[in-house]
Amino acid sequence: MTPDREPAGLESSAPIFAALGDATRLKLVARLCQGGPQSIARLTRGTPLTRQGITKHLRVLADAGLVRGRRLGRESRWELEPHQLIVAHRYLDLISKRWDVALRRLQKLVEEGSV
Amino acid sequence: MSTTTTDRITKEILLKAPRSRVWRALTDSKEFGTWFQSVFTEPFRPGARLNGRITYPGYEHLKFELVIEKMEPERLFSFRWHPNAVDPSLDYSKEPTTLVEFTLEEVEGGTLLKLVESGFDGIPLARRADALKANEGGWAEQMVAIETYLRRNP
Repeated sequence: MTPDREPAGLESSAPIFAALGDATRLKLVARLCQGGPQSIARLTRGTPLTRQGITKHLRVLADAGLVRGRRLGRESRWELEPHQLIVAHRYLDLISKRWDVALRRLQKLVEEGSV
Repeated sequence: MSTTTTDRITKEILLKAPRSRVWRALTDSKEFGTWFQSVFTEPFRPGARLNGRITYPGYEHLKFELVIEKMEPERLFSFRWHPNAVDPSLDYSKEPTTLVEFTLEEVEGGTLLKLVESGFDGIPLARRADALKANEGGWAEQMVAIETYLRRNP
């Protein structure tokens, strides 16, 4: 995959996983996944956190390039930025496929005597 | 069977061969090289840091480094490396490594080999994005090679 632009945080070292290593932020990502773009007011509903608290967590996710905020009138709406997750998964698929090929060759070697 | 998360790759394969045979194919650096398509400067032993070179045609200029961790006879073989560290112009030495662990288990009919490579969450995302780009280039080359082969061997 060729990224058509550099998302925030791509140059620094994997802040994506640090950002996701927190229960509240993981829940925010899940809510944005299920509910689509939404306001801070809606994201705060049903949590014990204040708007400021939620905003702080959203900023961490935004710095890692996982979400982005868009101003709509007086309010910001937050949405997922799925690009980085896709990169992480596709990379693992690539390495995984290479192991499949290598292990098939190993199998040939130990079962048939040559690769 | 294989599973995938963002941090690790897990694979299992049943090999119709005795455990001692599989152990040798994994831990004798020459045998490892035959199926992994690479050559190594010295034998594998715990704590050894060795250089490998890819022998796959067209990729012979690519070098990589392995640091052997554990060798528990016929049970566990593990090493660390920089996954996909294939750009000779880049210095990977400061980046986190992944851990590759092979576990052998005697089962009916042969040896159950489990492979776990973990620690991908520590690999910079920029590297992972680069690897995907490089891979797409690699496939394009493979397609040309196949086409050439078919043209010459109708």
